[in-house]
Amino acid sequence: MTTPSQTVGPYLAIGLPWEDGPTVVPEGTEGAVWIRGTVTDGEGNPVPDAMIETWQADPQGHFDHPDDPRGRVPGFRGFGRCPTKPDGSYEILTLLPGAIPGENGATQAPHIDVSVFARGLLHRVVTRIYFPENTEANAADAVLNSVPEDRRGTLIAAKTDDGYRFDVRLQGEAETVFFDV
Amino acid sequence: MAAPTSNKLILPRYRRDPEGTHPPLDSPGYRSTALRHPKQPLVLLPQMLTEVTGPLLGPGRLGEFDNDLTRQHAEEPQGQRILVHGRLLDGDGRGIPNSLIEIWQANAGGRYRHIGDNWPAPLDPNFDGVGRTITDSEGRYEFTTIKPGAYPWKNHDNAWRPAHIHFSVFGQAFTQRLVTQMYFPDDPLFFQDPIFNSIPDEKARQRMISRFDYSRTTDHWALAFEFDIVVRGREQSVFENEEEEDE
Ligand SMILES: [Fe+3]
Repeated sequence: MTTPSQTVGPYLAIGLPWEDGPTVVPEGTEGAVWIRGTVTDGEGNPVPDAMIETWQADPQGHFDHPDDPRGRVPGFRGFGRCPTKPDGSYEILTLLPGAIPGENGATQAPHIDVSVFARGLLHRVVTRIYFPENTEANAADAVLNSVPEDRRGTLIAAKTDDGYRFDVRLQGEAETVFFDV
Repeated sequence: MAAPTSNKLILPRYRRDPEGTHPPLDSPGYRSTALRHPKQPLVLLPQMLTEVTGPLLGPGRLGEFDNDLTRQHAEEPQGQRILVHGRLLDGDGRGIPNSLIEIWQANAGGRYRHIGDNWPAPLDPNFDGVGRTITDSEGRYEFTTIKPGAYPWKNHDNAWRPAHIHFSVFGQAFTQRLVTQMYFPDDPLFFQDPIFNSIPDEKARQRMISRFDYSRTTDHWALAFEFDIVVRGREQSVFENEEEEDE
């Protein structure tokens, strides 16, 4: 019954960007970090007509959403959106998510869900950003552990001066792990 | 905040779509997929808290004429005025209320207001081709706009995109996020369009075609097309979770 997905096409920049899209929290917010990266294709060339969307818990691990069974915690938008520039780069300013409950009493390591849209992508692809300092939590994370070990690193952001770097390689060498959600 | 008393988190679960509903990421007929589709298999992601929640983007995002693309400038745009309306539904036919819908489209001549679009068709100074609205309590939405023109592209020899409006919807959960295109009935260009034809299932493909809706036309004003957008349906499920101490 579901309506099929179609590509955003080359002109997504007409309809989808918002002025405050990249800033999940306003600039100057205490503790905010920039997550920056580049989207590249199978030849390593930048993808200038892509869009990154992010969705995440707040720093305490809660969601501003009625289906969070622990109770909705309003106030944190949790959503970021940034079209790529001609050099394939994007940037999102946000607060680090907290850990959240997982399956069977486990805890999920802090993570951000990411959708990638682009011309040439007939359906969004989904990935996750994890953070390098959470060594123990990452090692225990069920989703990370379900990914072949030699590819796990593509899901872990790298620390930078003002936040993190998370590149998205759609195809080819060190291809980013994408999920079937 | 009250501590949860149960050690079970009850989460909705979203049914996966039947094979053939969505296009394969590798669709050789659409050349741009060649270097942009992942070659490694997708890894199954269990639906947990991050996946069954999603952004709830409300009316604060809307400007006064965001749902009327014919009134965003001093003068009216060229072209055939149309009403596009329908419902945002989940897979069980329930309307999804208060949910953001975004659209973008070419003008009546098939030209986008974009630096990358410079084929010889005129821009319309009175048409931006961008719309936003929020569904009502029953999931209904409507836009007033003009019928977009077909446009050429470089995918294959003499390639033309059938007329379409790009739609972006969120639903209520990350799993329901969907970007699609709405087509018009009986478009003669379907046969040669690899994007439309990338959908393997014929019935699914037809769900992207709007219905001419004579009952919603307005005499001496506008034609009307109906387009329902269906996102994944949900089922209740439970997963075990240890009690949280305090919060
Ligand atoms: Fe288009």
